[in-house]
Amino acid sequence: MLFALREMTYRRGGRVILPALTVALEEGMTALVGPSGAGKSTLLRLLNRLADPDSGTIHYRGRDLRDYDVLELRREIALVPQLPALLPGSVAENVSYGPRLCGRQCELNRALALAGLDSTFAERSAQQLSVGEQQRVMLARALALEPAVLLLDEPTAALDERSRDAVERTLLELHQRVSAAIIVVTHDQGQAHRLGDRVLILDGGRIQPQPQAVSA
Amino acid sequence: MIAAIHLGIGQVAASLALVAVAAVVSIWQRADLERDVAIATVRSFIQLTAIGYVIKLIFEQNNLAFVAALLAVMVLFGAITARHRARRVPHAFWPLLLALALAGATTLLLVVALGVFKPQARYLVPVGGMVIGNAMTAAAVALNRLGDDVADGAAQIEATLALGATASEAMRPLLRRSLRSGMIPLIDSTKTTGLIFFPGTMVGMLLAGATPINAVRLQLILLYVLLGSVALAALTSVHIAYRNFFTKAHQLRELPQPSG
Repeated sequence: MLFALREMTYRRGGRVILPALTVALEEGMTALVGPSGAGKSTLLRLLNRLADPDSGTIHYRGRDLRDYDVLELRREIALVPQLPALLPGSVAENVSYGPRLCGRQCELNRALALAGLDSTFAERSAQQLSVGEQQRVMLARALALEPAVLLLDEPTAALDERSRDAVERTLLELHQRVSAAIIVVTHDQGQAHRLGDRVLILDGGRIQPQPQAVSA
Repeated sequence: MIAAIHLGIGQVAASLALVAVAAVVSIWQRADLERDVAIATVRSFIQLTAIGYVIKLIFEQNNLAFVAALLAVMVLFGAITARHRARRVPHAFWPLLLALALAGATTLLLVVALGVFKPQARYLVPVGGMVIGNAMTAAAVALNRLGDDVADGAAQIEATLALGATASEAMRPLLRRSLRSGMIPLIDSTKTTGLIFFPGTMVGMLLAGATPINAVRLQLILLYVLLGSVALAALTSVHIAYRNFFTKAHQLRELPQPSG
């Protein structure tokens, strides 16, 4: 089992965002779909340990998340946030940032290629890219860590239809080429079905499997 | 040697004519500041008169323990005042207190050790007061910027933490910007000193009858001393305060809502 959440409650600003959630998340590509404000992004932040539950537990591969070294855990379970948040500097500097933090070599071109970017992007300024390109650099930056799990928060929310299709193709190729488990959060039911090996619905703080889950 | 000048209470009273000008301008232009002008005038009179008598007593005693006690009170009030400008920084009081104490103590010890000033109350009290006052402004500006930048850049900070960066690594660019914000006003005023304005110490010395060269030398010493103390205060406050935004697990805490 990849993640097992048991009676997990999370509050923010005094409001309960996720009430006593119990769910199991498996290997492969899981699409988590739900309306805005359902707590999808919050769930990804909890899996990456950017926040901790107020009560209950989250286990990752059989161990409580809090038993892992938090910095190593975040490199192993990489999160790509919904909005691009790149550091000032070149694409290469951004993509190699994570590996450099832990003294690892960065396979820059591989990470760029997996994210659907060619090597000419490396020296371009990250701030001068389009939103879609920035989103791909965010993906490459996470992939450079060679994570075991990739958490993608609304990877196409800010994109037009054409860019969205291209990113979906990239993610499906990625799923074939890397062994990482992928959890992708989306508000788009269609996208969830196109991408997910399985689809879970998060609504009102509860998770249910999609009854007529269809493989992409 | 500076020739001492003597001012009577009548001369102070005469200068109130200019306060009346400020009040008239406020009433005439409906700036609604006449009450504040009155409060500022009364408060400055009471506060400065009181501190004047305290300093007179300390000068007469010339006891370094009294000097230290007075400077400690200044550090305490400085930290309390600066905290109001750093509302978005959680628990800003302690970083500010430490920053002002460190800046004040280090600067005074250095100037005494280097032989710039003698370890006497008549030097340490005014210099210490200037150092703490400027350190307070710099630390407050730096923490104000830090609080705003963390609130505005929370997404960027979390994106960096998500890559396995420590809180310190994720905050590095913000700390640099806050430090610059705290230091730049004094650096800029030091650059333009003598061209655009005459600094207070020099004006005071000239009015008190010192030669221009002596007035300039003392002013230069103070400006250089202040540059160092302001850098220390901004650096210390920023590097201690940023930790309050994070948990031990390098998680960005929920930010407090600024009050008022």
